[in-house]
Amino acid sequence: MAASTETHLSGTKATAPPPRRPRRWPWTPYLLSAPGLALFAVLLLVPLAMTFLLSLNSFSFYGGIENVWQLGNYADIIADSYFHEVFLRTFRIAAVVTLLCALFGAPEAYILRRMKSPWRGLCLLIVLGPLLISVVSRTLGWALLFGSTGLVNQGLMGLGLIATPIEFMYTETGVIIALTHVLVPFMVLSVWASLQRLDPQVENAALSLGAGPLTVMRRVVLPQIVPGILSGSIIVFALAASAFATPAIIGGRRLKVAATLAYDEFLNTLNWPLGATVAVLLLIANVVIIVGCNRLVERRYKQVFE
Amino acid sequence: MNRNGPIALIFHVLFLSFLLAPILIVCAVAFTSQGYLSLPTEGLSLRWFRAIGDNPEFIRAFKDSLLLGAVSSTLAILVAVPAALAIARHQFFGREAIQALFLSPLMVPHIVLGIAFLRFFTMIGLGGTFAGLVLSHVIIILPFALRLILAASTGMDRAVENAAASLGASSWTCFRRVTLPLILPGVASGWVLAFINSFDEVTMTVFIASPETTTLPVRLFLYIQDNIDPLVAAVSAVLIFLTVAAMLVLDRVYGLERLLVGKGRD
Amino acid sequence: MAYLVLDQLTKRFGNWTAVDNVSLTVEKGELISLLGPSGCGKTTTLQMIAGFLDADGGRVMLDGQDLLAKKPNERGLGIVFQSYALFPHMTAAENVAFGLEMRRINRADRDRMVADALKLVGLEQYGDRHPRRMSGGQQQRVALARALVIKPSLLLLDEPLSNLDAKMREEMQIELRRIQRTVGTTMILVTHDQSEAMALSDRVVVMNKGRIQQVATPQEAYDHPANAFVANFLGRTNLLPGMVGGGAGGTVITVADSVWPVAQPMAAGPGALAVRPEKIGFVDAGGLSGTVLARVFQGTQWLFEIETAAGRLMVIRQHDGSPLPAERERVMVGWRPDDMAVMPADREAA
Repeated sequence: MAASTETHLSGTKATAPPPRRPRRWPWTPYLLSAPGLALFAVLLLVPLAMTFLLSLNSFSFYGGIENVWQLGNYADIIADSYFHEVFLRTFRIAAVVTLLCALFGAPEAYILRRMKSPWRGLCLLIVLGPLLISVVSRTLGWALLFGSTGLVNQGLMGLGLIATPIEFMYTETGVIIALTHVLVPFMVLSVWASLQRLDPQVENAALSLGAGPLTVMRRVVLPQIVPGILSGSIIVFALAASAFATPAIIGGRRLKVAATLAYDEFLNTLNWPLGATVAVLLLIANVVIIVGCNRLVERRYKQVFE
Repeated sequence: MNRNGPIALIFHVLFLSFLLAPILIVCAVAFTSQGYLSLPTEGLSLRWFRAIGDNPEFIRAFKDSLLLGAVSSTLAILVAVPAALAIARHQFFGREAIQALFLSPLMVPHIVLGIAFLRFFTMIGLGGTFAGLVLSHVIIILPFALRLILAASTGMDRAVENAAASLGASSWTCFRRVTLPLILPGVASGWVLAFINSFDEVTMTVFIASPETTTLPVRLFLYIQDNIDPLVAAVSAVLIFLTVAAMLVLDRVYGLERLLVGKGRD
Repeated sequence: MAYLVLDQLTKRFGNWTAVDNVSLTVEKGELISLLGPSGCGKTTTLQMIAGFLDADGGRVMLDGQDLLAKKPNERGLGIVFQSYALFPHMTAAENVAFGLEMRRINRADRDRMVADALKLVGLEQYGDRHPRRMSGGQQQRVALARALVIKPSLLLLDEPLSNLDAKMREEMQIELRRIQRTVGTTMILVTHDQSEAMALSDRVVVMNKGRIQQVATPQEAYDHPANAFVANFLGRTNLLPGMVGGGAGGTVITVADSVWPVAQPMAAGPGALAVRPEKIGFVDAGGLSGTVLARVFQGTQWLFEIETAAGRLMVIRQHDGSPLPAERERVMVGWRPDDMAVMPADREAA
């Protein structure tokens, strides 16, 4: 009923300019978002659906992609210990990167907030600026530091911290360091945002009640920025688990993660169905982690922080 | 009031050094006078910057990147402004779902999008074309633009629009003369953030780009995969200089923090 | 023996002196207000007492002990912040218990003291609520309970009522006064609201530009302001320029066509006379002559604006049926010499 009335009214509108109505037509928002909806339906939902269908196809070296519908690719990945290793490595790297980002990013955000005006702006620029610089350029920097110039090893040996050079290129350690560098600004931003909501007088209040600086930190500041650290961790983990350029450059072809594995299946082995399967698994894992963790964080802190 | 202690300041200095080290080393190596990767210990030289001129594919990729960023950001804004107004101003069935859909590319790994677009564009004949690049970039940068425009539209006082309507302005005039100027800061920063994200994108683009139509980060990435030499350091250094210059301008005009707090996912 | 002594307390920010040689003594159990416009140095003074700012000069002695030598967390003061500064991640009871925990008071005593404190502020039902789920007035009470439960030697209140609406503010004023009478804690209240200061305090300290202008009971400061700033800041006043001189029966001040006796000895020269609008009446002779410019009915009272040779002045008369002049009428106004304050003209006005 309602729909037919609307159609009728829209017909009037097309033929003659209608008199001004006090209320907006209920379909205005749909009209406004229509271009975006059409674009996203055609260019996001269809390609993603096709990728899922592709992951069900089979592939043979001579026959190419065969239009069959089966779960063989998924079964292959579940059965093969090589894929286990790659996925496990991907999540291990993401977990360690997340931990390092939280460990360094959160204190840095706190220090930044306590800085005085001209310094604070400058330091914030240095911390956030790398986000605007291409990931490729930043990773290239680490490749230069680790490999060709060996500056990191020279420095560490000069300081007497290590006796023999550590291998960073093509190792997990190298990938973890470079990814931490790429992603830590996200953690600083996230914690920074939660610090903005923190009343600076709250720390003074705790002091006046007799709490020492460490107690203030542990009992008053930390609990209030935990939501910021958690949401920062979700961002960092998701980005680290699906990172491509950095593990590709630092890890090389030997040290594969999920994203570089999918890339190789697609562009080198040309086994598109298998590449699509890896992509679908990565997508599902990503969505589950982001949505699931967000729900959890929201539920846990809704009571306290609206 | 509360000051940072010495331990905090040491930590801070180390943290900043960690962030700056790889960026500075790229710039340093770019100035080497040697034919191989080394620090410019023998004096600064511009030979590798001159060498960029002998590699027109970098310059072409740079131009393509700029064009791609500009076109796709503009398209994204054109789609995002009405969508943001719909979401910010109206209560309607499916509002939450539509907003979630528009923000969903933030949750999809770019590698997945790259694979999806490669398959899709190959089938519809857009494989390796500039149009394909533009369309795919619009999808991934739209959430960034949308969020900033959404923030601007939500923060705007609706009574101002009602005032314009009561003075006899039509819906279109009202939008053009009142709404748009008021959300313009959000729109402008949305465009800038969209442009930056398009310009820096590499993971998805590496799948869609062709040797003829490619972006600078992809060109750099593929080059680095084969061979790291002072030439890529020089190209990266130019990119870093340009980014820093743009960043300083942006910080003056808009405030980097304000722009970036909208970046990333939540 | 004074309980709290501020001795030439000074704070500079760059080349701007925020607090300039402030000296003050406070008796035990007294509620004293630091009153003045924003930027007058009242909050800076409070922050130095609390220890959040370091003093550039002077001393603060509390009960014979040097307070500035102690760290903020060792001073044992209670502070109620303008923003309340409640710990948002803790419930009301946990907020109140925090200071007791820091003092390592055992669980049973702590629970009892928290319950007593919440009862004192009328929040015994709200112990397990989080601050975000409470109204502004309730948060204010939690902040007060949190500061009082540690039995502070001194309670500092920084604009505690400024975030409340008018009705709530009035309620809290009465509440605060009641609590102060009950617990007998010495309190220093910082406020820019003169009516709040008058309603609550035993004495007010009026400050401007980092200096103390007057220390007096609220009534004394209102009736006999020490200078033009105090006169203007504490309610509406008429400030008339005049000339001080020696007359036959003592010192007098001449304002346009009128002459008023001055009680205190003063040097001859230009001066100013301050008199409250409600103290001025219409007289037949011996006053200042002028013309009624406007009269406005305000329910319980009439407000007059009178043009005189000494400038315009405001007169407030009760609406009690007595005949009052009309607009454009020639009138003569006068007041009792006790109701006016005379000050040298060179003192700075607001």
